[in-house]
Amino acid sequence: MLSGEIGMDPKFTPGEHVRVKTESRPGHHRTPGYVQGRTGVVAAVHGKFPNPESMAYGGNGLPEQFLYLVVFDQHDLGETFRGTRGDTVCADIYEHWLEPA
Amino acid sequence: MTRRVHDRGGWPAGPIDRTEHDLAPWEKEVDALLQTLPEDIISVDEFRRAMESMEPETYEALSYYARWVEAIESVLVEKGVLVRGELDRRMEEMDGPSA
Repeated sequence: MLSGEIGMDPKFTPGEHVRVKTESRPGHHRTPGYVQGRTGVVAAVHGKFPNPESMAYGGNGLPEQFLYLVVFDQHDLGETFRGTRGDTVCADIYEHWLEPA
Repeated sequence: MTRRVHDRGGWPAGPIDRTEHDLAPWEKEVDALLQTLPEDIISVDEFRRAMESMEPETYEALSYYARWVEAIESVLVEKGVLVRGELDRRMEEMDGPSA
């Protein structure tokens, strides 16, 4: 597989720790600011979907990207959360926004 | 990393208003309008992008479905379905300049 090429298999697997990349790119994306730079655990691989970042501008969204359910401990998402230890939040994050943690 | 106006998660936002309220007929029509417009005229991704691209002051000032109207109009202008200002002119014709 060429470096950077989107392959047939997901890059991450359930149970793996991943960090969400921090970006200041202009344009539409589906990665909320409150998880950027944060580390969570892959809970599921949803499959491949057209990329909304190009579809937002009339593109066809190809190549499709793997989408992951990532679970974060709420206490890991910043200082404002004051709730119960172990409370989590789940977010659907595209593969190109994730790196191994 | 700069947060954009729509990207609210984790920000303070005050208490949540839990009162029940009905949608006004025009709001239901806006919802129906978005559902009815074909995918190649406006996709959900283009709609979201238009919402996010709104001037922050406009975003903050408008109600939920008023933002939808703004975003839909934006994309329809991009696609050449509407001419910028066309809706405003038509509303003036119908209601008079004070509307």
